[in-house]
Amino acid sequence: MQTDQHVIPHAEAANQFIKNEERTDWHDQTLWFVRQKRDKIAHTIPEWEDLRELGSQIKNHTLSRLDHYLAQFEANAKANGVQVHWAANAQEHNEIVLGLIRKHSPTGIAKMVKSKSMLTEECHMNEYLISQGVDVVDTDLGERIVQFRQEPPSHIVMPAIHLKKADVSDTFHEHLGTEKGNNDPQYLTEAARQHLREKFVAAPIAITGVNFAVAETGGFVVCTNEGNADLGVNLADVHIACMGIEKIIPQQKHLGVFLRLLARSATGQPVTTYSSHFRKPRRKGQEMHIVLVDNGRSTQLGRPDFRNSLKCIRCAACFNTCPVYRRSGGHSYHNAVAGPIGSILAPNLDMRKNADLPFASTLCGSCSNVCPVKIDIHDQLWKWRQVLMAEGLAPASKKVSMQAMATVFSHPAVYRLGGKVGRWTVKNLPFLVNNKLNPWYTQREMPEAPPESFQEWYAKNRKK
Amino acid sequence: MRVGLFVPCYIDQFYPQVAIATLELLEKLGCEVVVPRNQTCCGQPMANSGFASMTGGCDRNFAKNFAGFDYIVSPSGSCVLHVKEHNHLLNGQIYELCEFLTDVLHVSSLNARFPHKVGLHQSCHGHRGLRLASMSERNEKPFSKVEQLLNMVSNLEVAIPNRPDECCGFGGTFCVTEEAVSVKMGKDRIREQLDNNVEYIIGGDVSCLMHLEGILRRQASPVKVKHIAEILNAD
Ligand code: SF4
Repeated sequence: MQTDQHVIPHAEAANQFIKNEERTDWHDQTLWFVRQKRDKIAHTIPEWEDLRELGSQIKNHTLSRLDHYLAQFEANAKANGVQVHWAANAQEHNEIVLGLIRKHSPTGIAKMVKSKSMLTEECHMNEYLISQGVDVVDTDLGERIVQFRQEPPSHIVMPAIHLKKADVSDTFHEHLGTEKGNNDPQYLTEAARQHLREKFVAAPIAITGVNFAVAETGGFVVCTNEGNADLGVNLADVHIACMGIEKIIPQQKHLGVFLRLLARSATGQPVTTYSSHFRKPRRKGQEMHIVLVDNGRSTQLGRPDFRNSLKCIRCAACFNTCPVYRRSGGHSYHNAVAGPIGSILAPNLDMRKNADLPFASTLCGSCSNVCPVKIDIHDQLWKWRQVLMAEGLAPASKKVSMQAMATVFSHPAVYRLGGKVGRWTVKNLPFLVNNKLNPWYTQREMPEAPPESFQEWYAKNRKK
Repeated sequence: MRVGLFVPCYIDQFYPQVAIATLELLEKLGCEVVVPRNQTCCGQPMANSGFASMTGGCDRNFAKNFAGFDYIVSPSGSCVLHVKEHNHLLNGQIYELCEFLTDVLHVSSLNARFPHKVGLHQSCHGHRGLRLASMSERNEKPFSKVEQLLNMVSNLEVAIPNRPDECCGFGGTFCVTEEAVSVKMGKDRIREQLDNNVEYIIGGDVSCLMHLEGILRRQASPVKVKHIAEILNAD
């Protein structure tokens, strides 16, 4: 697969990941446990499948009239006293956010706190702001851990899920001065809490993501389990909420559908610990901003085969269920959003760089069936494969062998040439190439050739 | 009832016993079975690699060979799903073996005996794609066309692995392009089956079984693989 030179293709990164088999098993089991928690709670809701259908239809409807709902949302938000900004791409988004920060801290190191937002990851906002002299502090515990380690999150709901307690302990020892070798979660969390309290108190600006924005009211909801979004926003003079334009839902009552689906699908909780509703600045002098970001979404909306990837509510159930993700880790996807959904979103942003991702799947279909908004993820993976190959993003050798295979399969006489086991197909189907260099053979035996093929048996035993 | 039997190429070449068992089983159940000589492939290897654009000739050949049958049957959920979803030239109904037995022939008893403990592997394309059984992801009433048939085999003990419907990692060309993940997935499936002390791992797709067998043999395991057709036809 051709990919960017700086990007390690998924298969290679996965191979590295799996070299530590014990850790791979641990990663697999940890995420499988979350999937099981999800199953347990989803199976207690008799109307679960109807709820998924409802969520899916509300999103379908919204996407079909996205312009209308966005305009409605903007008008209502403005009427509430919120300032609304539009960003066509990541760069515009980052510049808008920096502009707002600099308005309040014109010189020196600007302080701010930030709760989890995959959109800002997608825009690489942290790197940008830091390069402009902003002290960016992620306040979600998992995000803070990966931020210390200068790693991207490996999972959209549990950003540090690739790390063990001992890794966190080492990181905190280095950055927060905790005791070396003390892996007690309570102790480590308390250290992070004290550290973050100082940051919260000192920050005049708080950035949050948005889970759902309600067109009808101009309000929005942010879901966290740690309450860090609320703490940041309520202590700061300025709240900047960053959202992709697909986060809109038409009415307040639709929140009931999505909040029920989200937490159950994500972690198996009935609801996230904090579902914080924001509508207007809470006092005079406090500022509230919403940055609405396109960054490729309207392009995706214009691709009929892929538009419904925009229904995603970022619950990560498709990550937790994916047998490939569980055994390759989030970083192997070299994209802000990893896993199955990341693999259908990423090629929209950059086909060449992400041409490997739609192939990082067995098309088992588990993702499409856990997805709370019924995105046909595995079908879209298949369709992206077709698009990418049509764009010429395959190695020449692959195209030649596929063409040869296609020709042989179109001509039965050629297919049968070679008589006994040793036909063209058998020597040329990628997984059956009888050659010790075939990756099949590295850890698997080749199937044994029987004395006669079925067609030979059939000719002897059934044909008059 | 005239049935056209589709035998995927790797079954024809490496697992003829699976096609023989399918043929004999259908004949026992009163079908007139024909194996068109000029059949080749369903086209899936190209299509899943991103080259569906090249499968025109293959699709035409398939449609031509299987024209005029009441039913087309194949002992491979994966190939059947591919033909169903992507061969728009085909005129006729194609069924995976198990669903043909339960949904068309309405088989209620079998004269089969297999006195062994087997572990059931549910191949994804048949399982989720063709809906041969309820899936763990969904909140739905449990059902299984496969187990329904296996229950008709005397002296058979069927064990279901801990994760009842996780993928084995074969995935077509995935098994070589993502070799490390593919093998790891296969090893994990096998470990769960071995935890149940099974003598055989059985399934409805030879491609998955070929992958699992490759790993079992490399591990020098005494556990064997068998296709469901061989169990349903055993006496
Ligand atoms: S694609 Fe579906 S399952 Fe995956 S994160 Fe989005 S909403 Fe959740």
